[in-house]
Amino acid sequence: MIRAVLVMNTQGKPRLAKFYEFMPVEKQQEIIRNVFAVLCSRPEHVSNFVDAESFFGPDARLVYKHLATLYFVFIFDGSENELAMLDLIQVFVETLDKCFRNVCELDVVFNYSKMHTILDEIIFGGQVLETSSTEVMKAVEEISKLDAASSAINLVPKSVSSWRSR
Amino acid sequence: MAGSSSSIMDNLFQRTLDDLIKSMRLQLLNESTFISKSIEDIRREIKSTDPQTKSTALQKLTYLSAIHGVDMSWASFHVVEVMSSSLFSHKRIGYHAASISFHDSTPVLLLITNQLRKDLSSTNHFHASLALHCLSTIATLDLSRDLTPDLFNLLSSSRVFIRNKAIAVVLRVFDKYPDAVRVCFKRLVENLESSDPHVVTAVIGVFCELSSKDPRPYLQLAPEFHRILVNSKNNWILIKVLKIFARLAPLEPRLGKKIVEPICEHIRRSGAKSLVFECVRIVITSLSDHESAVKLAVSKIRELLVDQDPNLRYLGLHALSVAAPKHLWAVLENKDAVIKSLDDEDSNIKIESLRLLMAMVSESNVVEISRVLLNYALKSDPEFCNEILGSVLTTCGRNDYEIIVDFDWYVSLLGEMATIPHCQKDEEIENQLIDIGMRVKDARLQLVRVARDLLIDPALLGNVYLHRILCAAAWVAGEYVQLVRNPLELIDALVQPRTNLLPPSIRAVYINSVLKVLSFCLDCYLDQDEGTASSYCCNLAGEQSEMFLVKTHTEAPELVATTREGSNYEQDEGFNPRNTTIESSDDLSDENDTDRVVTLLSMKNFTHESVVSLLNRIELIFSSLTANQDVEVLERARNIFAFVQLVKAEIIDNSGQNVDKKYTQVSAVIKSIRDAFSMELGPVSISAQGRVAVPDGLVLNENLDDLKAICGDIELPSSSSFYTGGPQFGTASDASSSNLLKNDESGPSNESTSLLEHRKRHGLYYLASDKSETVPNDYPPANDPKANSNINDEADALAKLTEQSLLLKKRTNQMKPRPVVVKLDDGDAAPIPDKRPEPINDSLSGAIKDVLGSEANLSVSRSNPLDKSSTKRKGKKKLGTDLPSEMKENLGDAEKPDPENPNPSSKSKERRRRGKEKIVEGEEPEQRGKKKSSHRHGRHKTHQRANSPLNVVSQAPVIPDFLL
Repeated sequence: MIRAVLVMNTQGKPRLAKFYEFMPVEKQQEIIRNVFAVLCSRPEHVSNFVDAESFFGPDARLVYKHLATLYFVFIFDGSENELAMLDLIQVFVETLDKCFRNVCELDVVFNYSKMHTILDEIIFGGQVLETSSTEVMKAVEEISKLDAASSAINLVPKSVSSWRSR
Repeated sequence: MAGSSSSIMDNLFQRTLDDLIKSMRLQLLNESTFISKSIEDIRREIKSTDPQTKSTALQKLTYLSAIHGVDMSWASFHVVEVMSSSLFSHKRIGYHAASISFHDSTPVLLLITNQLRKDLSSTNHFHASLALHCLSTIATLDLSRDLTPDLFNLLSSSRVFIRNKAIAVVLRVFDKYPDAVRVCFKRLVENLESSDPHVVTAVIGVFCELSSKDPRPYLQLAPEFHRILVNSKNNWILIKVLKIFARLAPLEPRLGKKIVEPICEHIRRSGAKSLVFECVRIVITSLSDHESAVKLAVSKIRELLVDQDPNLRYLGLHALSVAAPKHLWAVLENKDAVIKSLDDEDSNIKIESLRLLMAMVSESNVVEISRVLLNYALKSDPEFCNEILGSVLTTCGRNDYEIIVDFDWYVSLLGEMATIPHCQKDEEIENQLIDIGMRVKDARLQLVRVARDLLIDPALLGNVYLHRILCAAAWVAGEYVQLVRNPLELIDALVQPRTNLLPPSIRAVYINSVLKVLSFCLDCYLDQDEGTASSYCCNLAGEQSEMFLVKTHTEAPELVATTREGSNYEQDEGFNPRNTTIESSDDLSDENDTDRVVTLLSMKNFTHESVVSLLNRIELIFSSLTANQDVEVLERARNIFAFVQLVKAEIIDNSGQNVDKKYTQVSAVIKSIRDAFSMELGPVSISAQGRVAVPDGLVLNENLDDLKAICGDIELPSSSSFYTGGPQFGTASDASSSNLLKNDESGPSNESTSLLEHRKRHGLYYLASDKSETVPNDYPPANDPKANSNINDEADALAKLTEQSLLLKKRTNQMKPRPVVVKLDDGDAAPIPDKRPEPINDSLSGAIKDVLGSEANLSVSRSNPLDKSSTKRKGKKKLGTDLPSEMKENLGDAEKPDPENPNPSSKSKERRRRGKEKIVEGEEPEQRGKKKSSHRHGRHKTHQRANSPLNVVSQAPVIPDFLL
């Protein structure tokens, strides 16, 4: 299964961190630092796999993709295929690209919850459930619609009406 | 009024998550102060009665926690509040916060069960999806138990969107609450037959994870997996199925035959690299008996190895190293590509190729491969250099130097490694140098030469990574001093001024070696004096040593020049190490045994003058050391100092006298010291201590905790295993020279004053002073009686070894037979506890076996529909449990010969144990009813009436034979 998904920029600032097993925040931050230390020491155009056992326990592997100013990192175990994980990063990035039209780091920074919605549609509890970015987009759009509808009902009328009633 | 208005103000002026992110980016000040300020705001806002304010605050907190590592455990109750909002946008925030912050011991988890149940059965499938997401990361035993019925319903949901998530959640639920298997497993298996690839992906994913913990129970589902392997077109599903088969195939040998053909078909047909790689992997790991398949896989690996993409090259090498143990030919076939990869810029690829090279090493090629690798090590970066050295050392040292035939070569290689600039493998080289010295008698001559070369070079003393190696070299040179060509030169090397750069523990070893060499020299001197006329020897020795110096001078001038540049060592009188630093390897190989004898005879004749000057020099040097800070150094130095004074006095006194009356007293002393050192040290078995009988009256189990508290402030001696030689001989020399040094012994300068004070304070914990000399000797004596009692066993082991080495000789046609390597028959290594992979998740696999045991026929569903119906009946019985019928069923189970579950009584025990759980079921009658009703809608409801005898017969085989 997939143990964690991290997105961080080339300065080591985390932009998205999703751990599929509970982990204390200090440990999360430590892992992010360790991963970044490994990634930034690797030159361009080398293989994308890194042994993650030293900071993520036995049988952990890591695959990453360096795109523009971001690192996309998946940490997984022996039940996943390395190349398939690389493809999955591609799926994730493609979906982001469709969602934000030419995704850049700022989109990732300002769309925290949407990033999670997208990721949740692809990976569920560490298992890959959806690998088609079109399908993911469909679900994400529906969720956004629902979200917007419910908050529109809520935000103005409710607070205003409660204010008026006084 | 005030409260509500403040909440409105909060609402109007509250920063949203976007505002927070924006202002954090604008923040020029310290990020952490900004965060702590924001947390203050959040703490206030989250208490608001307005759900909007509250949820926005929670969203901000979640963000800060996920990205900036802020603790949010304090807000768990607010999370529950936001989760229970009826608005989707709030609910989403709440569920997300729960999934990242809740864990098994979060107290408020008890409060969310009903909320989850409500959302799971919500008509809005996005609400259900949120709940499922949350469960997939936070489900606990309680939640799993309570929500299993709801999940059971969702497993057959008509919406794929929900159904596959419910399937994925089952994984965690099974893990936390194995009894859920009895309810959900059948439906899970049914989903394998779904026509929707999403559902199949989810189910196969679950089985892949389940089988990684214990694959055995799923063997019975092999026919289903096989069908998917043959029919599915989805690469994700195929990869997962292959993963499952890789775990099942080793358990059932007949399975391999069935799956090998479809797998080869995929390798040939598929264009997806990931699928092909997975096929290759299963062939080389689990189907290595199928030759044609392995050949096909290796040909695919070869394609990967020459690919442009570094990922594929890396994976190709990785696959090769997996294949290496069983199919070394595959590695040898691709030798060129492997060696080429050693030069790759990618460190992953380099390390994989190094591993492969090491896998290729055998006794016939170890020399060449090590040479190639050492050359790489010289020019590569420090990290990889040490990676190389480390793997060469481990490979060569494996199984007591199994693959080494020419130890002279190997010992020189160790010396060479030590001098590689980036070398940090000091500990391993140290261990191997000493280990070889003790185990391989024939290698000692070369070992001593290597040690000498290392010791004599003053430049090496400045490198901290060499200190441990030098320590080993000093020990070796002292221990096998009779093989040393020029003992005087060795003493000079051991006492050279730069030795003050060494840490005290190593310096102590140096000093001890000086004592060994010195006593050896004096012994030789006295021996020769007794036998022959001293004047003759004097001339001979003088000539020889001069000749020797000249010889080395002319032989290796360039080498001398290079080392000279490297060192800024100041010339010491009478000691000129650089002239004789490195002997060329030709010189070493030219030398044969007769040569050795000649040098041994000639070089160890000492003139009276040379001995006196040696004694004077040592006296001078050690007089300064007697003020050293370190106890160990101090004590040893003092011993030598006193010894030298004693010997010197007598030798100078007697210099003019008659040969017959000479040195009777001093020679007795020297002889006894020599005797103490001359016994040979061998490797000591790790269990040796256990074989020493415990003396009467010694209570080893007494609680010494309070002693530990007292000794806490005393620095423990270095625990390196090879100090056996050092301290032990230290005490031996203490014993022999104690009568000579009576006066010094009582002096307080022997111990650091703090230790003395300490002893005074805690006097009762120390033994009487006359005994204390022997107390520190906690090392097993090298030649204690137990070793003698073991002689026969060791002889056997040696005989076996010689046989082996003869075999080796035949096979490899070596010029030289492999020297005997001493091995202990009970193994020298620490006994490795027999660790069997414990059956993890016992209860889970037990439960699954149990369910499958009653459903073994499910897999033959298509061939025999009657059976299927009977399992249905049984499954149903289990849901609506009534005790008598279950008892009957248990009896039936017990009678059946069930090879998969040989202990049927355990099954019934488990059922009985589950009696408690029935109470829970009893509490939820409406759910049971639901279960039943939903069951009635199952596809196979028409087969309700089945006769059990048929069922019993069909259950016997573990795997139906139609497949195998």
